[in-house]
Amino acid sequence: MADEALFLLLHNEMVSGVYKSAEQGEVENGRCITKLENMGFRVGQGLIERFTKDTARFKDELDIMKFICKDFWTTVFKKQIDNLRTNHQGIYVLQDNKFRLLTQMSTGKQYLEHASKYLAFTCGLIRGGLSNLGIKSIVTAEVSSMPACKFQVMIQKL
Amino acid sequence: MSRPAHRRPEYHKINKDLFVLTYGALVAQLCKDYEKDEDVNKYLDKMGYGIGTRLVEDFLARSCVRRCHSYSEITDVIAQVAFKMYLGITPSVTCNNSSRTEFSLILDKNPLVEFVEELPAGRSSLCYCNLLCGIIRGALEMIHLAADVTFLQDRLKGDRVTEIGITFLRKLDEKKYRRKK
Repeated sequence: MADEALFLLLHNEMVSGVYKSAEQGEVENGRCITKLENMGFRVGQGLIERFTKDTARFKDELDIMKFICKDFWTTVFKKQIDNLRTNHQGIYVLQDNKFRLLTQMSTGKQYLEHASKYLAFTCGLIRGGLSNLGIKSIVTAEVSSMPACKFQVMIQKL
Repeated sequence: MSRPAHRRPEYHKINKDLFVLTYGALVAQLCKDYEKDEDVNKYLDKMGYGIGTRLVEDFLARSCVRRCHSYSEITDVIAQVAFKMYLGITPSVTCNNSSRTEFSLILDKNPLVEFVEELPAGRSSLCYCNLLCGIIRGALEMIHLAADVTFLQDRLKGDRVTEIGITFLRKLDEKKYRRKK
């Protein structure tokens, strides 16, 4: 659907806008990443509400993570997460070998240092989605070779 | 009991929600960062300009529009093809002056404001959808047409409809584009 192009362009403009209007020191202390992550959080909360309106109740944490990897990721990024790993103690690693927001950037190591800016929003998206399903978490992302990336979700036990 | 089957059409709608919700989060963040409405409007317009300059390429690649020979043809293409393709709506077009350089797009349905009930308190001159103006302006500039695009009426501000005004600034010179034989 042509909507994708709109979202991709908006996302890229948001990232460049946040960094352009950043004051001195904000880039270093990570405030820009935080801003993007918070925006993603709000969107994730809203999206997951629309999404799970009619779905059945989730059995457990793993069921929720599988939902995020399959249905949620397919709807937002048109593909499933390629690999989900867990230590069954609250840490999940979601691996996407061809992450949609990075495919247009490079394949390999070029621009690797900028990749984290483009992943902040999605980290917030996952965190927001989980939050509205009752799970408090910390989500980080790492890229070793574009466009593959890994999202690490650490569930916080209250 | 088996799970109820997922309904396919829902997913497509949710995908559209992603853009709408992201836009809403962006405007909310901008309202936090800037105190004056004019600053937010200007920022949204600038962002839209950046998006429009790239979106026009995507648009031309996807659609097979013929070369346009007049401003009213261009405005029709924007309303009937571009808006339909990216936002799923078809605004109606009216011409505002006799020299046919000023047009209006009337949107009776605006998907961007689907989740907006009203403008926040103290933000009465915020043009919530100013991104659209920037997008149109940026796209037109990439095809060598200078235009002024602004909101003439806005439902969120209490008007009856949402109206975007496009004023083409320089005369379209056909001779310039004819290839020399």
